[in-house]
Amino acid sequence: MAVSADLAAAEATKVRRAAGRISHPVILGAATLTGLLSLLPLGFVVYIATTSGWGTIADLVFRPKVGGLLVNTLTLMALVLPLSAVLAVALAWLVERTDLPFAQLWSWLVIAPLALPAFVHSYAWNAFMPRFHGLGAAVLVSILAYLPFLYLPVAAQLRRLDPALEETAQSMGKRPAVVFFLVVLPQLRLAIMGGALLIGLHLLAEYGLFVLTRFDTFATAIVDQFQSAYSGPSANLLGGVLVLLCLGLLGLETGLRGTERYARVGAGAARRRGRLSLGKWRLLALLLPLIFAALSLAVPVLTLARWLWSGGAVIWRFDFIMPALGQTAMLALAGAILTTLAAVPMAWLSVRAPGRVQKILEASHSYVGALPGVIIALALVTITVQVALPLYQTVATLIFAYVLMFLPRALVGLRTSIAQAPVELERAAASLGRPPIAAIWQTTVRLAAPGAMASAALVALGITTELTGTLMLAPNGTRTLAMRFWSYTSELDFASAAPYALLMIVLSIPLVIMLHMQSDRVEQA
Amino acid sequence: MLELWGISKSYGDHKGASGVSLFAPSGSRTVIVGPSGSGKTTLLRLIAGFEAPDAGTITLNGRQLEGIPPHRRNIAYVAQEGALFPHMSVGDNVGFGIPRQATDRSRRVEELLEQVGLPAEFRNRRPHELSGGQQQRVALARALAQRPDLMLLDEPFSALDTGLRETMRTMVGDVLRDAGIASILVTHDQAEALAFADHLVVMRDGRVADAGPPQRLYARPADIETARFLGEAIVLASVIHGGVAKTALGDVPVLQDDAERADVLVRPEQITVAAEGNGALGRVLHRSYRGAQWRLEIECRDGGLPEPFSVDVPASLDLRPGDPVRLSVNSEAYVFPR
Repeated sequence: MAVSADLAAAEATKVRRAAGRISHPVILGAATLTGLLSLLPLGFVVYIATTSGWGTIADLVFRPKVGGLLVNTLTLMALVLPLSAVLAVALAWLVERTDLPFAQLWSWLVIAPLALPAFVHSYAWNAFMPRFHGLGAAVLVSILAYLPFLYLPVAAQLRRLDPALEETAQSMGKRPAVVFFLVVLPQLRLAIMGGALLIGLHLLAEYGLFVLTRFDTFATAIVDQFQSAYSGPSANLLGGVLVLLCLGLLGLETGLRGTERYARVGAGAARRRGRLSLGKWRLLALLLPLIFAALSLAVPVLTLARWLWSGGAVIWRFDFIMPALGQTAMLALAGAILTTLAAVPMAWLSVRAPGRVQKILEASHSYVGALPGVIIALALVTITVQVALPLYQTVATLIFAYVLMFLPRALVGLRTSIAQAPVELERAAASLGRPPIAAIWQTTVRLAAPGAMASAALVALGITTELTGTLMLAPNGTRTLAMRFWSYTSELDFASAAPYALLMIVLSIPLVIMLHMQSDRVEQA
Repeated sequence: MLELWGISKSYGDHKGASGVSLFAPSGSRTVIVGPSGSGKTTLLRLIAGFEAPDAGTITLNGRQLEGIPPHRRNIAYVAQEGALFPHMSVGDNVGFGIPRQATDRSRRVEELLEQVGLPAEFRNRRPHELSGGQQQRVALARALAQRPDLMLLDEPFSALDTGLRETMRTMVGDVLRDAGIASILVTHDQAEALAFADHLVVMRDGRVADAGPPQRLYARPADIETARFLGEAIVLASVIHGGVAKTALGDVPVLQDDAERADVLVRPEQITVAAEGNGALGRVLHRSYRGAQWRLEIECRDGGLPEPFSVDVPASLDLRPGDPVRLSVNSEAYVFPR
């Protein structure tokens, strides 16, 4: 998901170039509108904070419960992020740079856990080891579920590094291990930080995983509060703290990232590199990917298989499954189309007419992606209840929430594909007498269509496994796959939940394939 | 003195080098030149130790290099685009090979920058703030810093503009000479090879086609392909009798015993072109203006020359396409060994 976003963003920046000062009022207007709508959740949080009054804030925020959540969240980050970074670098290095047996297979298996929504991972572990919960379980399952977010950019960066750098360092008398720490690792920094940021944001936003591992975070607490008191001030203020944490994490990453530029100096194609021979360590090194695959894939898949087997035919209640599948498909389709359309003006602007206004708009588009679904849901509930009651608990609001949640994902994919369509074609169409919007539509938009389809598919897949926002916003009677799965799991009816888990995994497999292909393309670029 | 004996290296079916033996005298500037895929870069990588040969031995100043990893060879390597470490400043790049404990580290970095013609302030810049030529200068300074026994240069000028390329070539040559470091430069550009080398090695299909001083290789190459690779070559089939070769371009003096069939090499600069007079009859096909000269493309089919050739004539000689010309060879020609 958003890893591809990061990789593609880097690509897009590379291809992007100033296209002169042509103004396109319609496009700019559309982009501004989406930009303003994206700011709704953030505006909601500011509104809550300013209208609640200091007394309420002090009562509801400065209490031991919140302190505990804060400690939990920070401990989780402090353990998951460094461990994931070390593991991802080790795995990526083994797969990309050594003669590890079956490297190609591992490059698939390491990202395959992405096909399982995080809450399916924890469902499997819950069913596999019912007494394994708390911090340990939360850390382990988080690493297993989210490691691909770090692995993908690190592996891509490793492939992209110019082998001449390492060779030169070696010829200057540095041992291979020293070369790794002096030359290779510093250049992985941006990839590691991008991936870690993504995982950090997921840790803040995730609800299902932590409920099942019985580990309290802000997201679980907010949903709990929300379910007991709807849009009560308690949930809203916890939401405010959660937003502060997200912004803090983003700020931290931006600060650490600095203005460094690690791009390859000079043009020209990097030569293919040789692989380091592991020698007698070859089999020992095999243990690392083996253990990771066992924990992240074998455990969930075997657990799921066991429940499917023991459940037999009874659990395949098609009278429930088919409507759930149908509703999920409708929501995913509608959400994907709307999200992609909403992203087009912004994507076009950021490629063709980059500038200050565009930067601000883009930031407002993509900051929403950093806000957890639970915040977006809270905001929309409050706003619909207070301002537009007829929209409260409607499909329209739910789809609007999806658009907000997945806009950044659509934006990045679109931006890359628009950047690949030469601007000269638009100009040629214009010089052949097409009005501006028609010229863009008939050239760039047509050429970007395959990329747009791909990013729409990514959005659809995201909606298919979205749980938190759906739980909070869905109208009565809506039962998506994720919701069905969740209600069975909450009743500890693991067998009945299994078919839904299986369906979600099957539907997510294209995601893994797309991400793998995307990282291959980055290599060729 | 670097010696390569019977070096072979193949990548799957592709032969990178087969049975290459070559010698680079100490303090010399050796250039390995050849078309792409001729195996020249392979040789450089084998010498640097980035790869190991399938067969053969490499010795540097009498020391066998087999099994010695690159970081213990003390052979510097300057990659095509400099390969500066993008995450380090210029100063850190140059100082990379100088031991951290060295007390004169900072002074040496400045000296090295000065040596390659860069001001000392450059040490705080980042590689991406430099132009291509400046990056190459830093790469050279960085390689010099380790005081190598041998400097390997892998097409170091190919990414630069033509004008800059020549300046850099001269600078690199001077710096290496002053430092007394032997160097091996790899290039596919024959003009660059001739300009830089005092020992030239021509590679083709993974083998050494010819090696020696550049003047010898240009004037008396081992075979026709080498002759063509190093410059415009007109090869004339001829009969030799009494020190004179009978060719399509008339009688040409040669230093060669009588032979019924011989291939004679004539370079364009040996040909005199005249509007009239005697000599072989040719015809101007095309001309292009070069300022001081015209470059004429001339065919001489009657004389039995299948291919047209190019030759420069003074700008005052106003020959137009279609005009007949008289051609003669004005100096001694070289006969290829059979």
